[in-house]
Amino acid sequence: MPTDAELVAALRAGDEEAFRRIVREWHPSLLRVAQIFVPTRALAEEVVQETWLRVLGALDRFEGRSSLKTWVFRILVNTAKTRAQREGRVIPFSSLHDPARVPEASVDADRFLADNHEHHPGGWASPPPELPEDRLIAAETRELIAQAIDALPANQRAVISLRDVEGWSSDEVRNALDLSEVNQRVLLHRARSKVRQALEDYVT
Amino acid sequence: MIDVEALSCQELVELVTEYLEGALSPADLRRFDEHIGGCDGCTEYLAQFRRTIQLIGTVTPDDLTPEAELALLEVFRSWNSQELGGAPPGG
Repeated sequence: MPTDAELVAALRAGDEEAFRRIVREWHPSLLRVAQIFVPTRALAEEVVQETWLRVLGALDRFEGRSSLKTWVFRILVNTAKTRAQREGRVIPFSSLHDPARVPEASVDADRFLADNHEHHPGGWASPPPELPEDRLIAAETRELIAQAIDALPANQRAVISLRDVEGWSSDEVRNALDLSEVNQRVLLHRARSKVRQALEDYVT
Repeated sequence: MIDVEALSCQELVELVTEYLEGALSPADLRRFDEHIGGCDGCTEYLAQFRRTIQLIGTVTPDDLTPEAELALLEVFRSWNSQELGGAPPGG
């Protein structure tokens, strides 16, 4: 991987191959993040295009205080928010910055014994069944996981895509989305919990 | 010793990502480990959670469609030609 300084120099020199490489690498993530703010994939694609236009136009002002990737994603988030406003879409602040306000159980409450149970309050009433490994490694299972991720709310989908599909660190995600550590973790945990449940439902 | 209330299974499942990220307080980490040590259901749950994360890592990110790539290359080319030509057209 070239350094950020090398990448910026290549882009400024009009190196189309360098541009194509980062577009290929970042595009899925850029789309996921844009879709937190705008409702359709088509709009998200437009937001990504507008983002690159802004990024290229502002390249002279990139100072390297954050990574190039973080900088590009910050510009994407601003572009997407502006676009969402223009489309008359209100993004509830809580959807990204206060997810804990609306509690969500990782596992359905009726799978646990009642809080006042004599011997085992809050214990498993219906413990997780073993997931057969031969089903987990089947190709259809990967398709099922992709579908489960697609079905998530956009903010959870973006965080799990960046962290667990793309392998970003928690700091990278927090910086790119301007999220607190706690909120990033809440969104990630909810997303992972739902995918695990989808796997259990599918293979057992 | 402070009397720390034991964690229930229902509470534990909410803490798994914090556990995996090393974000639990020392007291909560101890409650977590003590619970896991004696609970088959939660041991299985934690193993499944880890396996789920591994499997998510095998999902291929959405492809960049050829149309989208072309549109972005156009953005780059028009920016590039303006850069080389100095002032933007009409300005």
